[in-house]
Amino acid sequence: MSILVNKDTRVLTQGITGATGQIHTRACKAYGTQMVGGVVPGKGGTDFEGIPIFDTVEQARKATGANATVIYVPPPFAADAILEAVAAGIEVVICITEGVPVLDMVKVKRYMRGSKSRLIGPNCPGLITPGECKIGIMPGYIHKPGDIGVVSRSGTLTYEAVYQLTNLGLGQSTCVGIGGDPIIGTGQIEVLRLFNEDPGTRAIIMIGEIGGTAEEEAADYIKHNVKKPVVAFIAGQTAPKGRRMGHAGAIISGGRGTAADKIAALKAAGITVAMSPADLGSTMKALLDSKAA
Amino acid sequence: MNIHEFQAKQILRRFNVPVPKGEPASSPEEMAKAFDTLGLPKAVAKVQIHAGGRGKAGGVKVVSSAAEARDFAQKLLGKPLVTHQTGPQGRIVRRMYIEQASEVARELYLGMVVDRKAESIAVIASTEGGMEIEEVAAKTPERIITEPIDPVIGLAGFQARKIAFALGLKDKQVGQFGTLLSALYRAFLETDASLIEINPLVVTKDGSVICLDAKMSFDDNGLFRHPEIRELRDPNEEDPAETEAAKFDLSYVHLDGTIGCMVNGAGLAMATMDIVKHYGAEPANFLDVGGGANSQKVAAAFRILLADERVQAVLINIFGGIMLCDVLAQGVVDAAREVKLSIPLVVRMEGTNVDQGKAILKDSGIAVIAANDMADAARRVVEAIGHRA
Repeated sequence: MSILVNKDTRVLTQGITGATGQIHTRACKAYGTQMVGGVVPGKGGTDFEGIPIFDTVEQARKATGANATVIYVPPPFAADAILEAVAAGIEVVICITEGVPVLDMVKVKRYMRGSKSRLIGPNCPGLITPGECKIGIMPGYIHKPGDIGVVSRSGTLTYEAVYQLTNLGLGQSTCVGIGGDPIIGTGQIEVLRLFNEDPGTRAIIMIGEIGGTAEEEAADYIKHNVKKPVVAFIAGQTAPKGRRMGHAGAIISGGRGTAADKIAALKAAGITVAMSPADLGSTMKALLDSKAA
Repeated sequence: MNIHEFQAKQILRRFNVPVPKGEPASSPEEMAKAFDTLGLPKAVAKVQIHAGGRGKAGGVKVVSSAAEARDFAQKLLGKPLVTHQTGPQGRIVRRMYIEQASEVARELYLGMVVDRKAESIAVIASTEGGMEIEEVAAKTPERIITEPIDPVIGLAGFQARKIAFALGLKDKQVGQFGTLLSALYRAFLETDASLIEINPLVVTKDGSVICLDAKMSFDDNGLFRHPEIRELRDPNEEDPAETEAAKFDLSYVHLDGTIGCMVNGAGLAMATMDIVKHYGAEPANFLDVGGGANSQKVAAAFRILLADERVQAVLINIFGGIMLCDVLAQGVVDAAREVKLSIPLVVRMEGTNVDQGKAILKDSGIAVIAANDMADAARRVVEAIGHRA
């Protein structure tokens, strides 16, 4: 079992003919994902390595029955691509694009209020249900089918966590990179809720970072709602105040959003916190072993 | 991206936000001339640096003649000004601003930010003007008013009135404030700002509401829409290594430690800094080479790291997804040869094409300490500089 995507998910690529879109559509198809169509305005009727291309998301959905889409279009056009996917009724919209203006996301989120579509990202690696469906830019081979759910604001740090789990023999149900921007489609709490309800997920790893108060809120949510073991890590324990650490969201402003605050909130909620990023997998293993004993 | 007060006021004036009349200057002579151009009996001279606390540090003065304006500029220009926000080394003053002096009756606080939680722009206001808003928030949170703005409706009249009354404004000030706030919101939207801070917003003795100070920051991701704002970037206010890194589209933040770090991905880069500290040393920087780095970009990153004289060892931690390990390895080898690397280099590589990458490093003849995983890498780099973990 898994959340959000599985072997039946039918995926479109918006921006399939761009350099990034080509590479990753190919890699996702090779992994076994059903890549059923592409969208490039003006190139409808052509194809990319046998995958049909359409002018609009609506046409693509009607012709292919797609229920997910992945967006690689450049930042100036990314918000519009999300809106188009939502308007066409695509259920899971994944925006990989990095550098989307935050005020564009303000409009997107307002437009999506009450919509049935779920947005993951922007500025994220995507999501993967190992062995079934990979949508995004993560290396497929480090994953292994299993029952640990992974939710993360980071890209490569997620790979690190996943690889540690895989090397310890712990497979993953689904891994979701929610993105590092200040305003994102789906936050940790939503993904935690889905993992909590998923019978195929036994335990959860949550990777957060400095900035905002999302991890504090997630801690509170876990305390009151999540019945499964959770291991957390917060990146940026050594980050100075007022300096943006790469991700637009990763900044300690006004003394809020520090790693220390977040770790304290997580611990107070009874969550196991890995203090070193090298111990993510082993902390999970130890926790599961202690529950089994 | 941050800009100077005088630049923020120029932008706000364009949107009809009331700001005092003023002139920038970059020499004592220009300052004297600016005083005469204003043609007022009294004016306020202010240093222009990207840091707050200028008044307390002696960077603001009321002057009443061109000669006085010139002397003040003479005293401060070209020298560092130390405020509580600059750090002990201070910031070199390269520019001044002189503006109409205001007779202040009340000082208020007005801010506008992108509120992550409300997922919209929010107005923040307080009766406690002239103080640091973080301090007000910590000590007297009830004195802070926050009002999110619906992106579809825009700023509603009742919201402006609600804030105005909460700030204790009355009579025609309420209407004036509403007009000011609408103009400020338009300025925020149309420049892709991430923050506008008016501290203080003042009520003058004759009852007008004006912006006495102004700070604006912009969303870097929105700058492609505003080439004219990108032009306002002041490289003197930025770390030279950070400016250099930005040219290569590298995300670099200078820190105070001795271990130079090169990592792909912001989260992993922060985690790498954390693990260096965990093993007893301090990171010299945050450096994210990004996902699609080529070997030139890696080489540039390597040069920037090594240009920092405090760096005693380099730790490279790459988890290749999009990034290919062989490309990374080639970039490191090229750069190490070019700069004649003389300090320890620890490399941890994982992911796509890792075997080819390891072979390139091995065959290069460069002394590379290979690490098996993240913890091993951190341990080895800390050992290399002599701290035993």
